[in-house]
Amino acid sequence: MPTRTAAPPTVVPATEAVTRPLVVQPGEATQGRAAAFPLRREGPAKLTGAARYTDDLVFPGAWYGATIRSTDAHARLLAIEPDPDVDWSTVVIATAADIPGDNVVSLMHDDQPLLVPVGGEIQHHAEPVALLAAPDRETLRQLKGRIRLVTEPLPPVFDLEASDHEFARYEIKTGDDAALEAAFAAADLVLEGKYRVGHQEQLYIENQAMIAVPDEDGGIVIHGSLQCPYYVHRALKRALKLSSVEARVIQEETGGGFGGKEDYPSILALHAALLALKCRRPVRMIYERHEDIAATTKRHPAVIRHRTGVRRDGTLLAQDIDVVMDGGAYCTLTPVVLSRGALHAGGPYRCPNVRIRARATRTNTPPNGAMRGFGAPQTEFAAETQLNRIAERLDLSPAVIRERNAYRVGDATPTGQVLRESVAAEQVLRLAVDMSSYESVRRETGRRAAERRGVGAVPGSPLRTTDERHAGGIGLALAWHGAGFTGSGEVHLASVASVELGADGLIRLLTAQTEMGQGTKTILPLLVAGELGVPVEWIEYAAQDTAEVPDSGPTVASRTAMVVGGLSILAARCLKAEVEARHPGAPFHEVFRQDAVQHGPTRIDQHFEPYPGVAFDDATYRGDAYPAFGWAAAVATVDVDLDTGEVTVGDVVAVDDVGQAIHPILCEGQVEGGTLQAVGYATIEEIKLADGRYLNDRLATYLIPTALDAPRIHTILVEAPFSGVPHGAKGVGELPMDVAAPAVVAAIHDAIGIWMTELPATPEKILAAMHAGAAA
Amino acid sequence: MSFRFLVNGSPAEVDAPGSRRLLDVLREDLGLTGTKEGCGEGECGACSVILDGQVVDACLVPVCQVDGRIVRTVEGLALAAREHGSLDALQEAFLERGAAQCGICTPGILMAARAYLDAGGPPEEDAIREAIAGNLCRCTGYTKIVEAIASVANLD
Repeated sequence: MPTRTAAPPTVVPATEAVTRPLVVQPGEATQGRAAAFPLRREGPAKLTGAARYTDDLVFPGAWYGATIRSTDAHARLLAIEPDPDVDWSTVVIATAADIPGDNVVSLMHDDQPLLVPVGGEIQHHAEPVALLAAPDRETLRQLKGRIRLVTEPLPPVFDLEASDHEFARYEIKTGDDAALEAAFAAADLVLEGKYRVGHQEQLYIENQAMIAVPDEDGGIVIHGSLQCPYYVHRALKRALKLSSVEARVIQEETGGGFGGKEDYPSILALHAALLALKCRRPVRMIYERHEDIAATTKRHPAVIRHRTGVRRDGTLLAQDIDVVMDGGAYCTLTPVVLSRGALHAGGPYRCPNVRIRARATRTNTPPNGAMRGFGAPQTEFAAETQLNRIAERLDLSPAVIRERNAYRVGDATPTGQVLRESVAAEQVLRLAVDMSSYESVRRETGRRAAERRGVGAVPGSPLRTTDERHAGGIGLALAWHGAGFTGSGEVHLASVASVELGADGLIRLLTAQTEMGQGTKTILPLLVAGELGVPVEWIEYAAQDTAEVPDSGPTVASRTAMVVGGLSILAARCLKAEVEARHPGAPFHEVFRQDAVQHGPTRIDQHFEPYPGVAFDDATYRGDAYPAFGWAAAVATVDVDLDTGEVTVGDVVAVDDVGQAIHPILCEGQVEGGTLQAVGYATIEEIKLADGRYLNDRLATYLIPTALDAPRIHTILVEAPFSGVPHGAKGVGELPMDVAAPAVVAAIHDAIGIWMTELPATPEKILAAMHAGAAA
Repeated sequence: MSFRFLVNGSPAEVDAPGSRRLLDVLREDLGLTGTKEGCGEGECGACSVILDGQVVDACLVPVCQVDGRIVRTVEGLALAAREHGSLDALQEAFLERGAAQCGICTPGILMAARAYLDAGGPPEEDAIREAIAGNLCRCTGYTKIVEAIASVANLD
């Protein structure tokens, strides 16, 4: 069968029109790029309906599981009372009393129970209290409502700033407070700003899904939709008192994650496992959308305050930033979300005097967790909007103020990290400005706004004329995103990736990195094939099954391409050297089959080693917070309906420096998808709460962009490689999520002259702001 | 109650309450799990199938309404293609252009696109966006999906 490949991308000089895929390579071309790009490996199965997602799996005799949840935001659980008029003998109920090991969700702190025990405290609405399994869905539905929770209400806390319970606190400083205040005193302009962002739901289209299958020896096998098999594995071992062999986790085809399947699957897998162990048969726990939105984690809401001192020419002199994030009722991953948020809070700009104070507090709302960007989209929205407001006050172009302050090689970040290489802030900025004709469009929108201002025919809408109901604008933002785990995270993870030449002559790559749409199964074999000099089809990618693959760490933090990609290449390099050493003069691709026959299997386990020269002190928060950063710029155009406040995002030019675009088509897909999620975050994605409960916990009421809402997205990939990994890749998943929202908000300002300092900038908020502006 | 209809060209007969969702009939009674459930209330379009040439959400259609009618699912595209030894042109375009990522919305979008193309839909971007506006995708930003559909419309 001939090798089928996707069309190779054209490398287009930056000055030509935007055609995709477009890869710009600064300096030397990176190593390891294949001449043609393979098609998505699991693509045909997904396109024919043959791919098996968790809910597609059939286990004969399986029961269905459901969760009994609290309806209080904060209460003491006094009793769980099954209705005495019901015959409960045909079903199984599990409570905290059935947990053989620790009743905790094993993440960072042990504050979250798998099920609230009787006598314990309910900390949030929709908290799991009991589990029910039944042979069929109808019985399950009927009986679910017949279990009563007896509770005694306790006073809840909903205001993140009023809460006195802190999950984490950081302070990042370039010097002492006196130096900071002296810098403010010397500034030509000091601007303060307060920004607020709300929850965002990951909204993977495949709901959380888990099937637990008990085996005869007391062990359990989990089949599920998940990002991190070893997180679930660890959680199972601890709560069920199982050995590493007794607990087994298999990732099935996963219909999107975006962080939402990083931490929550541990809870759901354990719920399914508890029921399965109790009824001694497979139990399916497949959430419906309503339950998924109501009960699972979201992006952290935050309140961010800036005080910024600048010179008249726009040069940053001092930044004083205060970040408060709402962790929800339990810690989950909040300390690391806050850490990333704090580390990115100043934006990609050099500033000699910086103080960033960040804390995350507890409220009696469902716990917040990982979502694409992981704290950075919140703080970078604030940083970018603050800088755009400063540019406006100084009558500078937003592009010019960025050029003046954007990091260059040799600059130091607020943690004292010297950026020695791979800094493409200026380049992505310039490309985005040029490709979008930003300055000329901005002049035109400014001219039209000036013409209309004051001639408005509609009260509260000074730009609305009899002829024109819409106002257009263009906006720019710049962002950075630390590649891989924060600080010494990768050192603690101690990942292992393996490449194996089997006795059968087959080459297998073994990692725990999951495919959830981003292209893991395609890019990792591509890197190994490139290193070994064999066709990519010859590389088998082992299943993400804890019984088969080593722990190469979680599939999060945009770390797969950089960290595990690097390990995979090094493992392949080692395998190649070993095999070739046994056959002097012969290249690997000619001799590996013969070698397998003669020599038997060869397996290389590549262990993570710290990148040279990268060191971070977790105690003082000084040093290299990340081994490298990705850089992104976005320019968005919007059209604001002056009568309804609706925002239509027309075009987004997205320029992303990813170090190396391993597979440009898949890479572009990440930029396009991340950009649209950021557009949703900026404009329509909103969770409303009442008494700690999500009010719009359905897909009919929590809106995400459709194809009609989506802008045309023009992607430009830039490659400024990171030298710590052989291929130079820095990851791409989260970077685009950081940058498009502030670009959209800047475009709204360009259109209507109002800064929307709260996300999302919904039509209601825009109308209210326009009316308030008119009244003022 | 017994209901008879054609699924992907083959006769099907199911015994089920008339109110049983077509989605459950396809997935559980007929084993056609290519059609996905995303929300169960007609918002996401993951369960889109073609019923007598019209795109419908299989989660909103009771099986009694399908009696005597013709249903096409994503497995039908593959089936027709398998006779030719490859994916059909639309699936091929999705694969080459990177229009499927996690894949969970893909069957529904393929069916919406197939109905659009079968009805003679043009390769214009706005019309294609309108045709798939009932199908949510969280991965792609829709750019490559629209391009893939347009490329096939161009061929027709």
